[in-house]
Amino acid sequence: MVALTIAASVAVIALIGLIIEQIATGSSPSISNFGLGFLWHSTWNPSLSVGAIDANVYGAAALIYGTVVTAVVAIAIAVPLGVAIGVYLSVLAPGRTGAVIGPLVELLAAVPSVILGLWGIIVLAPFLHSTIEPALHTVVGWIPIFGPASTTGLGMFTAGVVLAIMVLPIVASISRDLFLGVPRELKDGALALGATHWEMIRGVVLDSTRPGIGAATILGLSRALGEAIAVTQVIGTGSTITKNLFANGDTLASRIAEQFIGTVSKLQTASLFYCALVLLVMELLVNLAAQLIVRRFERRRGLLV
Amino acid sequence: MAAVDPFAPLVATGNLRRRRRIDLIMRGSATAAAVVAVAILGIVIFSVAQRGASALSISFLTQDPSVGLGAAGGGIANAIIGSVLIVAVATAIALPLGVLIAIYLTEFATPRTAAPIRLALDLLNGTPTIVIGVFVFGLLVVAHGQSGLAASIALAVIMLPLMARTTQEMLLLVPHDLRDAAHALGTRRWRGIVGIVLPSALGGILTGAVLAIARAFGETAPLILCDSIFGNGTSLNVFGTAVPNIPIDIYHYSESGFPNDKARAWGAALVLIVMILAGNLAARVILARQRRRMLAR
Repeated sequence: MVALTIAASVAVIALIGLIIEQIATGSSPSISNFGLGFLWHSTWNPSLSVGAIDANVYGAAALIYGTVVTAVVAIAIAVPLGVAIGVYLSVLAPGRTGAVIGPLVELLAAVPSVILGLWGIIVLAPFLHSTIEPALHTVVGWIPIFGPASTTGLGMFTAGVVLAIMVLPIVASISRDLFLGVPRELKDGALALGATHWEMIRGVVLDSTRPGIGAATILGLSRALGEAIAVTQVIGTGSTITKNLFANGDTLASRIAEQFIGTVSKLQTASLFYCALVLLVMELLVNLAAQLIVRRFERRRGLLV
Repeated sequence: MAAVDPFAPLVATGNLRRRRRIDLIMRGSATAAAVVAVAILGIVIFSVAQRGASALSISFLTQDPSVGLGAAGGGIANAIIGSVLIVAVATAIALPLGVLIAIYLTEFATPRTAAPIRLALDLLNGTPTIVIGVFVFGLLVVAHGQSGLAASIALAVIMLPLMARTTQEMLLLVPHDLRDAAHALGTRRWRGIVGIVLPSALGGILTGAVLAIARAFGETAPLILCDSIFGNGTSLNVFGTAVPNIPIDIYHYSESGFPNDKARAWGAALVLIVMILAGNLAARVILARQRRRMLAR
């Protein structure tokens, strides 16, 4: 019986290995064809017609760009908002209100991405298209990334906003737990010294949990980088690198979701495997970084207490 | 904060009003952030409920889809049953494995052996679901074609770290006295775990399972690769063929241009979200009851 538990545990480690092995094997035709150049070429042309320029040539640069841009938009919106919610729930919320709002924020994480995407297409995209995008363009349009609004409301910005909604509950609940862990004496001490609530929050709560907020950000980033379905629904597809945030695009994950079924050549399938490999490596790095920060944070806290 | 000279005489700096104002603004914005999050949840659920309700009817729940996109009438009965079957098989794989891993981590592992397993669970949890879909595609679908089973396995991989983690947390909450008492009575370690530790953590394990199941119901990315049959397929043979399911229906109907299909997407979304919210609610009730029982002891 003990052996059974050990076997199950070893199986998880083997599973990680198997995932990496499968995806590496699947992408090997594309790797041998395009090498690392796959990462900085943005042509993606599944056409097989003879004589066409760059027929059956694949590169993921535009997809990597789209992945990073949408994730950054998501983080830029969700982290300040999520940390503020964490502060509200842990420090400001009067007892019963917090007990209601906390679970509601967590419930946001339970909404499936396909439903959020559907909502994104029909409710959010038209709203962003008609109000937020033109407003951003007129006010801060001198920054090239805030170009003219999209024609449909679908695009990288909309994808980023949808991702922000997905990341928000993660950041909020991690930061709430972090802030609740700040020793009461420190908070009370600051207040007793005459600090206002905000000064106490900034000087004690936020300052002592900074690495934890960093880890929460990275975990949110990890979620945003890998989301496929909702992004596919609202990003509008495209294979060029455009400065304009409101333009169409694609992420690694959304390209896989769009094209995997119905590929026209073995090389296209292999290239989608290659995309998955790039995404997997990105995620492994991001997750390891989060682990490292958390571990260092725990060690430091262990010394403090 | 800046270093303070403890011997300096205390003088009013006159900026108290400004500090108070900043305090008020900051507290106000934190509250506003919480309101925004709840408002988003409200708007999403309201949109789904409002638009989904008009598509919902008894026949929507009990009939299979009509043939072809854009057609009127028909329902999503096949997809509801298909989703239940796929998730049931996934749970049957992930739950026992997750519990076994959690038992190993809390009862037998040394810090040294626990570290790599914990890391593996965290990495698995951080792996994008679409990548897990690609993995199962390479593992099974290339050779055997799409099937409900392939989807179940992909969902099981997604559920496994969730199940293992919540179970582990619950096992850690079981008081050590209970284990010691079982030991003192001369029971073997394994019987102590099965007879004493697991039952007292049962509520928590169930909570974790229900949450993971709710998550699996809405998971779409791996299904696109492993089980993307859509429309009026009626095969419900999970182990042999691709099986219709709710997320794929929503995904395809949402991208269709026909108003009938958009309505169907909302109807299916409403069914799915009600199932998931009910699951989350049930999990909370179980957890509250468990906590009360633990405290009463």
